[in-house]
Amino acid sequence: MNRRHWLKTTLGLSAAVTVIMGPLRAMAVGRQGFDARDVDDALQGLLNGRSVEQSKDILLKIPDIAENGAVVPVSVSTELEGVQAISLLIENNPNPLTGRFELSPDVMADVSARIKMGESSVVRVYVETADKIYTTAKEVKVTIGGCGG
Amino acid sequence: MAAPVKIRGKIKDGIAEIKSLMPHPMETGTRRDADGQLVPAHYIQTVTCFKNAEQIMQAQWGPAVSKNPFFSFKVKNANAGDVIRIDWLDNRGETSSGELVLK
Repeated sequence: MNRRHWLKTTLGLSAAVTVIMGPLRAMAVGRQGFDARDVDDALQGLLNGRSVEQSKDILLKIPDIAENGAVVPVSVSTELEGVQAISLLIENNPNPLTGRFELSPDVMADVSARIKMGESSVVRVYVETADKIYTTAKEVKVTIGGCGG
Repeated sequence: MAAPVKIRGKIKDGIAEIKSLMPHPMETGTRRDADGQLVPAHYIQTVTCFKNAEQIMQAQWGPAVSKNPFFSFKVKNANAGDVIRIDWLDNRGETSSGELVLK
C-alpha cells in the first residue's frame, strides 16, 4: 500500500467515525449524576445548584410495601404547567439516580416504569418546569431486596 | 441485534397512551453469578421516542430500572396514522427499536 492510498483510507475512516460518533456523543448528554454513588453527588449532577420547592401537586404512585424489590411499579404524574423533565431518585440504592425523562410539550407529565430497590428507601421525584424544580417523596418498605437480580 | 421494542397504544380523546416493553437483562454490575463472579453491568442508558420524525421524549436510565423494562407515557395531539418509534442505547453501545402505527 503506498503512502497516498494509506492517507486516503485513514482520512476516510476517521471521517466516517466522526459521523457515527456524533449522534452517540449527543445522546450521552444529560447523564450528569447517574454515576454518583450517594444522594448528594447525584443531586449535584441533577440540579447543579438550582433550588427546589416541595410540591403537593405531584402524584407519586408507588407501593408503601414492595414485596419484591426487583420489580417495583412506579408512576409519576402532575398537573403542573410546562413540565420539561421528571427525575426519579432512590436514596438507598447503590446508584440513587434511576431515571430522568425529558418531555416535549407533546408528551403529558405522566410516566410509568418499574424499578429495582435494594432495600427500604425514600423515593424522591423531581419535576423540572421552565422556571422552577418541584419535588415530593415517599417512603417504600422493601420485603425482599432487588439488587441481587 | 437485540430484541425489538414491543409497543402498544390506543388513542382516546386525542391522547395516545403508549406502553412499551424492552427485552433486556438490565444487569446492575453488582450481582454475582452461581460461581460468585460479578456479572458485568449491562443496562439501557438512553431511550428516545419519536412521533413521526419529531423527537418527543428522551429518557436517561440508571441500572436500577427493572429487567425487561416496561415504560409507558401519554402523547398529546395524537392522530390515527401517526408513527410512534422508540429507540434504546445501552452501556455497551448496543441498540434496538420498535414502531407502532396509531389507529
